[in-house]
Amino acid sequence: MIEPPLVSPDTLSAAYRLLAEAAYRPISGGTDVLVALSGGLGAPPERLLDLWRLDELRGIALDGDALIFGALTTYAEIRRSAVCRDLLPAFVEAAATIGAAQIQNRGTLGGNIANASPAGDMLPVLLATDAVIVAGSVRGERSIPAASFWTGYRQTALAGDEIVVRIRIPLVADRQVRFRKIGTRRAQAISKVVIALSWVSAAPAEPWRSVRLGLGSVAERPIRATATEAFLEGRLPTSDTANTASVRVAAEIEPINDVRSTADYRRAVTGRVLYRLIREAGDW
Amino acid sequence: MTIRPPLGRIAAPVTLRPHLPSSGLVTPSAPFRREGPAKLTGTALYTDDLVFPGAWYGQTIRSTEARARLLGVELDPGFDWTRVVVVTAADIPGANIVNSIQDDQPILAVDEIRHHAEPVALVAAPDRALLREAVAHVALRTSPLQPVFDPLASSQVFAHYDIQTGDVEAALAGAALVVEGEYRVGHQEQLYIENNAMIAVPRDDGGVAVHGSLQCPYYVHKALRRSLLLSDAQAQVIQAETGGGFGGKEEYPSILALHAALLARACARPVRMIYDRHEDIAATTKRHPAIVTYRSGVSADGRLVAQEIEIVMDAGAYCTLSPVVLSRGTLHAGGPYACPNVRIRSRAVATNTPPNGAFRGFGAPQTEFAAEMQVNRIAEALAVSPLELRRRWLYRPGDTTPTGQVLRESVAAEEALERAAEASEFERVRARTAAARTSRVSRGDAADGHLAHGIGLALAWHGAGFTGSGEVHLESVASVELTGDGRIVILVGSTEMGQGTKTIFPQLVAEALGVPMDDVEFAPQDTSIVPDSGPTVASRTAMVVGGLVIGACRRLRAVVEERSGAPFADSYRADAQAHGPTRIDEHFEPYPGVDFDDTTYRGDAYPAFGWASAIAEVDVDLDTGEVAVRSVVAADDVGRVIHPVLAEGQVEGGTLQAVGYATIEEIKLRDGRYLNDRLATYLIPTALDAPRIETILVEAPFSGAPHGAKGIGELPMDVGAPAVVAAIHDATGVWIHDLPASPERILAAMASRDAESQG
Ligand SMILES: Cc1cc2nc3c(=O)[nH]c(=O)nc-3n(C[C@H](O)[C@H](O)[C@H](O)COP(=O)(O)OP(=O)(O)OC[C@H]3O[C@@H](n4cnc5c(N)ncnc54)[C@H](O)[C@@H]3O)c2cc1C
Repeated sequence: MIEPPLVSPDTLSAAYRLLAEAAYRPISGGTDVLVALSGGLGAPPERLLDLWRLDELRGIALDGDALIFGALTTYAEIRRSAVCRDLLPAFVEAAATIGAAQIQNRGTLGGNIANASPAGDMLPVLLATDAVIVAGSVRGERSIPAASFWTGYRQTALAGDEIVVRIRIPLVADRQVRFRKIGTRRAQAISKVVIALSWVSAAPAEPWRSVRLGLGSVAERPIRATATEAFLEGRLPTSDTANTASVRVAAEIEPINDVRSTADYRRAVTGRVLYRLIREAGDW
Repeated sequence: MTIRPPLGRIAAPVTLRPHLPSSGLVTPSAPFRREGPAKLTGTALYTDDLVFPGAWYGQTIRSTEARARLLGVELDPGFDWTRVVVVTAADIPGANIVNSIQDDQPILAVDEIRHHAEPVALVAAPDRALLREAVAHVALRTSPLQPVFDPLASSQVFAHYDIQTGDVEAALAGAALVVEGEYRVGHQEQLYIENNAMIAVPRDDGGVAVHGSLQCPYYVHKALRRSLLLSDAQAQVIQAETGGGFGGKEEYPSILALHAALLARACARPVRMIYDRHEDIAATTKRHPAIVTYRSGVSADGRLVAQEIEIVMDAGAYCTLSPVVLSRGTLHAGGPYACPNVRIRSRAVATNTPPNGAFRGFGAPQTEFAAEMQVNRIAEALAVSPLELRRRWLYRPGDTTPTGQVLRESVAAEEALERAAEASEFERVRARTAAARTSRVSRGDAADGHLAHGIGLALAWHGAGFTGSGEVHLESVASVELTGDGRIVILVGSTEMGQGTKTIFPQLVAEALGVPMDDVEFAPQDTSIVPDSGPTVASRTAMVVGGLVIGACRRLRAVVEERSGAPFADSYRADAQAHGPTRIDEHFEPYPGVDFDDTTYRGDAYPAFGWASAIAEVDVDLDTGEVAVRSVVAADDVGRVIHPVLAEGQVEGGTLQAVGYATIEEIKLRDGRYLNDRLATYLIPTALDAPRIETILVEAPFSGAPHGAKGIGELPMDVGAPAVVAAIHDATGVWIHDLPASPERILAAMASRDAESQG
């Protein structure tokens, strides 16, 4: 395995300066970076910038009407976090499906976001919750909505010298979030389809508002199914709604055949799981 | 030196459960495994743990095409080649052939590349960074040739068989019901926990010693002698602690040992070749894919009257062990059922894909999957219980197999079936799942929840030991020595790879000599020390080599007791002092009354058969087609149980491997290259995917083995997949003919069924 030189700054400002000076590949938990390095997948980076010591990028906090996650927040921390369990249980559910204990102890939310895999399991949840990704550099910080963060196959809106510093998830009253991952096996599996659905409704008899449908592994990047969202907006979770929504979403996405699954399967399952989620919400 | 931590500090060995009867032939007990403490404490030395000062690192330059003319191996003149060594076919002193059945596979390709990842050249360097650099400066000059990937389109046949009994055409014509099916099963990777690994060390006598992860030291020994032109003594093969094999270290270590030895000769230093997982999956052997076409005929009164079977196995680019894999697959293709009219035609053909080889079950899981699918589909067509149908058809003592073998003894199909059926309450569960299915259909959707429950059954037989006259040709030897200093040592070439050889042989010896097990030593698997006991494959070790070990003990005991006039246990130490060492070499003698004609394929294909039944329960998610295998009840007839805990371990491991084969394990290829050649993409079941497994050990002893044992390793692999696929059918109503029964296939089958019922 090629081992590129690595620097480990102690402060965020030192990290920004290094990034401004030369092309570094950030490394947080390393659970994606090291797989690529040891497998010889893709051109190895010239230099690595270790973010692990930057305590400024750690921690989960409640800030008014938002939950804030430092970029270095691990899945184990998300699973252990009481605020997160109370206020955003679907996020905890999603974190619990990532790899297994070792990966959850080491893998970070910032890494999942910046890695920009179409199969990154946290990403549909970020899309469905209107998360904001805060990027930082020597020039300061800027906020990027999740919906415009992943721009193409493994492409992000980050500039070369920017890193993810934190993630802000607005907490909305009466919002429901559902998560479902379909993998090849029950643990340690990369998704064939991953779905996060959210809506706002104060009572079962009230129509859905602010519907968001985040999808992974069905396109070259994590996407929102906006046409299906628009259809669901203002509707009740009835059998008719579920039927039409599942047909809509299957038509809206353009998945591919790859080593993990088939386009037909992904299309069918996205529709069926959406149907199932609406049905469970409607309790019929 | 072996490290033996004091056992007193570890919990006492497991005591036997009361349901296991003592056989009289061997007393089952469950002592700790011999190498267990070292493995648990991390002191066991696997190949990569062995230190040889000054050793270089070796790597294989492999083809990146499936088929091409090889025009040259080009070394970049800009690189300083004096710091490394490079080996090509021209540097091989003897035959450029990997010793196996046919002389077709080169150690390093010349002229033609026949599969992706084929070895073409070797490089060794003093450190890994330099090795990587050197490898990057080697290029293969090739010109493409037209590859063949479809086995049905291949014209190159490595082996073919034709077994006939009765008149199939007439029987099918007169049958009241004919059920046809085509079944396709794909590659399966052994996925032993330790990758293939070998270290070659030059010897002072001009020979080479190799230390490696391997199943068959004498296969490697023969390969080294032949291609490096070495004497018996100059070629030395030493098995390091081995982290699993499952057949994947049966033939492959020969080519790897040759590679390491060629590099060690070239640089006159030890050379380490330790595969990483990617190389191991990309380049080493897999289970043969197969296409099995089946026609079964049933008479008006419900008898199985005809089986017409055609088998095509994809051997990959070279012959390897394909003729014997195909042979076992062919002989088992009818399943454990009496049928008067049978025709089985089979062939193993070449394609431009990496060669396939041995894997637990050795051809039988492929064909018995098809056999069991047929029986389950016939039961459905006749509207009888699959359990009841098997009761009618299964082999009983006195029945004759398609090769004309009369099953005289040790026939336990019925017992295995009945005990599994009883323990799983098969009929009761089946009635419940049928009711649930009916109510689902009548309501038009999955109104009772999106999980559908199903139960499925399979039955199988597995020939014990080598096929046909194989055991006779092996001429296996096993020895027991009373050394001059009064130690009792077992000398066998049989290897431990996790399955328990090192534990059960001392058990057998202790019992045969009447001494405590701790007084029995196990000599290292080093060809300079132990005889050739034949390969550690084909579930033959406990039965065949174990039998020889007991024979040697009986003779040793007689010699000592004759001299001393006292029981062996009381006299052997004094005997050793007075008479010096006594070593007994026990040679294999054909089992009496067992006779097979390799040319006509008539006669006793195996000295005995083991029998197995599995009953699986699954939940299928009707939205996603995901299958959760909830439980498997496995009843396996092992002849005699020697060590119940190890035996159950074999059943549990084999069952889980079969569950993976049935549900998720799949190699996808593009242009002859495996697409999922990493652990991120080749998935096997995790602990969360593992069903609850209930093991029932059935004992129908084989009289030809002094202890009655028949072997167990492969049995569970034959029944797991068809049982799971039958359970999926019970849950969903669709038959999945191709393995794995993936969610993609299940949803597609359900969709086309629904389209048909509407259209
Ligand atoms: C065995 C195994 C199982 C896995 N299972 C799953 C799974 O189930 N679901 C899933 O989604 N993923 C899975 N992964 C992938 C991986 O664990 C996750 O994507 C994880 O979140 C990556 O985080 P990390 O901190 O380890 O990232 P790293 O490997 O450190 O980095 C990943 C990428 O992000 C960049 N990067 C990291 N941090 C930052 C930052 N703060 N700012 C800018 N760029 C940054 C790096 O340069 C790199 O390109 C698995 C990986 C393994 C090895």
